[in-house]
Amino acid sequence: MNILHFIQAFFGDSAHWHGYDGIPTRFGEHLHYCLEALALAAAIGLPVGLVTGHYGRGGNTLALIATAGRALPTFGLLVLLVLLVGFGMLPVMVPLIVLAVPPILVTTYEAVRSVDPSPVDAARGMGMPESRILFQVELPVALPLILGGLRSAAVQIVSTATIAAYIGLGGLGRYIIDGLYQRNYEKVVGGATLVAGAALATLAVFWAVGRFAVSPGVRRSA
Amino acid sequence: MAVDRLSLEIPDRSITVLVGPSGCGKTTTLRMINRMIEPSEGTILLDGVDIQKQPVNTLRRSMGYVIQNAGLFQHRSIVDNIATVPRLLGWSKQRARERAAELMERVGLDSSLAKRYPYQLSGGQQQRVGVARALAADPPVLLMDEPFSAVDPVVRKGLQDELLRIQSELGKTIVFVTHDIDEAIKLGTMVAVMRTGGRLAQYAPPAELLTAPADAFVEDFLGADRGIRRLSFFPSGALELQTAPVVAQDADAAKIAARGSADVPYLLVTDLDGKPLGWGEPKDLKAGEITPERLLPYGRPFVHGSDSLRAALDGAVLSPTGWAVGVDDTGRVVGVVSQQTIGEAIRNAHAQGSGDDVRAAG
Repeated sequence: MNILHFIQAFFGDSAHWHGYDGIPTRFGEHLHYCLEALALAAAIGLPVGLVTGHYGRGGNTLALIATAGRALPTFGLLVLLVLLVGFGMLPVMVPLIVLAVPPILVTTYEAVRSVDPSPVDAARGMGMPESRILFQVELPVALPLILGGLRSAAVQIVSTATIAAYIGLGGLGRYIIDGLYQRNYEKVVGGATLVAGAALATLAVFWAVGRFAVSPGVRRSA
Repeated sequence: MAVDRLSLEIPDRSITVLVGPSGCGKTTTLRMINRMIEPSEGTILLDGVDIQKQPVNTLRRSMGYVIQNAGLFQHRSIVDNIATVPRLLGWSKQRARERAAELMERVGLDSSLAKRYPYQLSGGQQQRVGVARALAADPPVLLMDEPFSAVDPVVRKGLQDELLRIQSELGKTIVFVTHDIDEAIKLGTMVAVMRTGGRLAQYAPPAELLTAPADAFVEDFLGADRGIRRLSFFPSGALELQTAPVVAQDADAAKIAARGSADVPYLLVTDLDGKPLGWGEPKDLKAGEITPERLLPYGRPFVHGSDSLRAALDGAVLSPTGWAVGVDDTGRVVGVVSQQTIGEAIRNAHAQGSGDDVRAAG
C-alpha cells in the first residue's frame, strides 16, 4: 500500500462523508477555528502595524515582539494553557494567535513604512487629514504586501489548527490524531491531505482577494 | 538654522521664484507657507492675516501644492488623482470628475488618459497631472517645489511654457522653488536668490538681477553669460529689417543683379511662399537655376516682434553670413538684419534701459 492507495481508500469510503466525524463536519470545525484565530490576530496585528508604520516609529519593539512570538513553541504553549485554564477553546486560540500576529504585524508595519513618501507629502500638503492619508494613500499602496502577511499567517494557522484535536476538540486534526492512535494510516494520510488541500485553498482565496481589492494601478507598478 | 530672518513680500497674481544652491532653505521657506514646517519664530501673512489663524488643513486646501516627481496616487486613475482636493472639500464625485476633465484640457492632457493609472504616463505627463491636481479647487495660491527638475530638458521647456500660458490665463499667486537659475529667470516675475543659511541675497525682477547683481555670490550664481541672457528681456521689434537682400526663388537675372551691392554681399533666397531657403552670393545665383541644396544655411530665423534680441543675435551668430533672418508668425520672411545692426540695437536698448519691464519670449 502506498500513499495514493491510502488517499483513495480514505476518500472512497462513504462513511467518511457523513456524521459527526465526517469530512464536511470536521472541515467546518477546522474552518471555524482558523477564521476565528485569523480574525483575532488581524484585529491585533493590523491596527498596530498600520499606526506604527504610518508614524515610522516602534520598529525595534515590533521586531522584538515578533521574534519572541516566533520563539514560543506552539505545542508547549497549548499544554501550558491547558494546565493553567483547563480544556476549551482558549488554549487552542492563544497559540494560534501568537503564531499569526508576528507575520501580520511585521509585514503591515514594513508595508506602510516603505510606501513612497512623495504621494504622502503631496496628500499632506493638499490638506488631507492623517487618518485619510493612512487609509486612502498609504493602505491602498501597501495592500499587496499586507495581504501577503495575512496570507502567510493564514496558511500557518490552517496547518497548525490541527493541534485542537490534541485536547479533544474537532477539526481536521482529529483524523491525524485518531488515526495515529488507532494505527489507521489511511485516516492519518487522509487527514493530512485535507489539511494540505485547505492550505492550498487558502492561497487561492488570497490570490482572489488580491485581484479584487488591489487597484490595477498598484498591481502593475508594484 | 535652515531659514534665518527672511523677510519677503510676495506679489499677488505673479510668479515669485525662490532660487539658490541646495541647502539654502528655499524648500523650507516654501513649506512654511502651507505649514508643512512651522517656523520657530516670526509670522507669515496671507492677505494681511496670519496663516496660523486658520485650521492647518483649511489653509492647505486653499493652496495648490506641486512637488518634484508629481507625487501622484498610483492606485487612483488620473481623473481621480486630479479630483482629490475637490473631494476633500466635499464636492460630489460627479462634479469633481467634471472639474478634473476640464483641468486635463487646461494643462494639455488628452482626455483619453482620464481612466489611465499614473504608471502608464510619462514623467512629463505625470507632472502635468500634478499641476492639474493642484489647480483643481481653483486655489488663489500655488506652491511649486522643484516641479520640473526630474524631467528631461526638452520636456521641461514644454512644461515651463505651459505654466506661463496657464498663468497668463488664470493669474495665480505662484511661489516656485528651483535650483536652476535659467528656470528662475524664465518664469519669475520676481526672483529671490537665497544663500546657504536661509538668507536672502537679492530679491528683484529677473532683468534687474542680470543687470545689477547685488554681490559676488549672486553674480557667481547667475553664471558667465548673464549679458547675453539679459538680451532675452529686449524685444526684437525695434530692429530695422532690410528687405533688399531678399529674393524669391524664381527671380530673374536683372533683379538678382540689382539687389546685390557692396553693403549686401549675400542674398537670401525664399521659396514662392516666402519661406527662407538659404543664402547665396549674387554672382553664384543663376536665374531659373537656383536650387536650395547649393545655398548656404540660414541658421535659425527669429520671429520679428515676439522673439527677443537674444534670439535675433543667436540667429545672426548661427548663420555663416553673419545675418539673421526675421520671419512672421507663419514663418514667412519679413526681412534680414546684420550682426552690426543687432549690436547697435543692443547698445540703444541698454542706453534706454528698456529691458527692465519689457518681457519677451525666447
